[in-house]
Amino acid sequence: MNPFAKLLAVSRRKSPWIYVLNSGGCNGCDIEIAPCLTPRYDAEQIGVLRQGSPKHADILLITGPLTKRSHGAVLDIYSQIPSPKAVVALGSCPASGNVFAGSPTVDGPIDKYIPVDVWVSGCPPRPQLIIAGIAQAAQLLAEGRTADQQGKAKPC
Amino acid sequence: MLSELWQYAFAVLVWPGILGAGALGFLYLWVARKLMARLQGRKGPPFYQPFFDFIKLLGKQTVVPNGANRRLFYALPFMSLAATALGLLIIPVPGGAVGSFPGDVVLLLYLLEVPVLCDVMAGYVSQSIYGQVSAMREAVMSLGYNVPFLAAVIAMAQKAGSFRLGDLQAAPAGAVTALAAIAFLLALPARLKSNPFSIPNAEQEIVAGAHIEYNSAPLATFELSHALELVLLFDAFFVLFMPRLGESIANAALYLAVSLGLAALATLTAALTARLTVKRAFRFYWLWGGLVAGAAIVLAVVG
Repeated sequence: MNPFAKLLAVSRRKSPWIYVLNSGGCNGCDIEIAPCLTPRYDAEQIGVLRQGSPKHADILLITGPLTKRSHGAVLDIYSQIPSPKAVVALGSCPASGNVFAGSPTVDGPIDKYIPVDVWVSGCPPRPQLIIAGIAQAAQLLAEGRTADQQGKAKPC
Repeated sequence: MLSELWQYAFAVLVWPGILGAGALGFLYLWVARKLMARLQGRKGPPFYQPFFDFIKLLGKQTVVPNGANRRLFYALPFMSLAATALGLLIIPVPGGAVGSFPGDVVLLLYLLEVPVLCDVMAGYVSQSIYGQVSAMREAVMSLGYNVPFLAAVIAMAQKAGSFRLGDLQAAPAGAVTALAAIAFLLALPARLKSNPFSIPNAEQEIVAGAHIEYNSAPLATFELSHALELVLLFDAFFVLFMPRLGESIANAALYLAVSLGLAALATLTAALTARLTVKRAFRFYWLWGGLVAGAAIVLAVVG
């Protein structure tokens, strides 16, 4: 590993910028993301910044069961994030549909369409767990082990 | 001849140019973020955070929006960076290599406007509606904050009777200096785009301002250019309003103290205030900024 690649790996671990996307969930997970940035948990200590534009993000935090209405927007926003990128699925909904499972309006699970790198469990997950998930995704980005970096992401 | 070339290359690339001022600028950006976090009761990021953000952005893929002019999209951040680096070259800070020459005040004022123009164009070139709103706001704001800003510099030049930065620095302090310094400080938050004048880059309102469609290396270059602009503005304050101390170590210490103080002052203002509307900010600058500016110039002409 040359010195610049090493520095880049450390930088990716130390500077995870997140973009939060709700794919039709109940807003519970989104409410749990807010405390991550407040004085109690303060994720900025590990370099987390919440970005308003997917173009600036490294990690996509996705919540909700992926409804049919949000399907197109989710794929669009995922493809707008510049590589290398990681996806963290928050809560039970993206994984199984949770209470929305079996609904005709739900298109999940989410990894049918975009590759998920870290699953965070809970309904909703606790803020500590969300920060741990972001840190793990940043670690995967540094090691080059995300689905996007290994070329496993399907073209959408 | 060759040694002179080396001197210029050193000045542009190392000190007071890109490398040295970049490190200083990142330090000030960190001070601002850390102080803001402490004021909000958070711990805040470690001191290397802006540096790692910069390196990470360099290592990302570049996405150019559909319909954007690719050449302009890539050129704008570098134009902004080049202008701020040249501005650092001519400003006489401690350890600066290149001497002062007649008219460098005018050149410095022009170079300080280039990053603003680049931001305005970046907003329009991005093809994003948010970027265009931001560009419009930035253009309007520059008509406002330049009233006290230009008046501060003109009053100092009038008092010194010269357009050489060296002469302005050597001029004795007086009532004009104090008034001009106040005018300069009024314009500073708007130039840094921090609260209450964070109007062009208003987050939660127009997402990420003019840089919304920028990513990876071009965005990193904009960040570096912003850091250099910060250093350049603090340098300008130091040169225009601070006395030059005889001993070089004392002078360098004063320089650092003044810059850190300004960074802290801007952050404190940002933490204590909420964003104004464009109309109110404009009114503020033309009324209060204009009053201070007028007083400074009248005093400089009469006194």
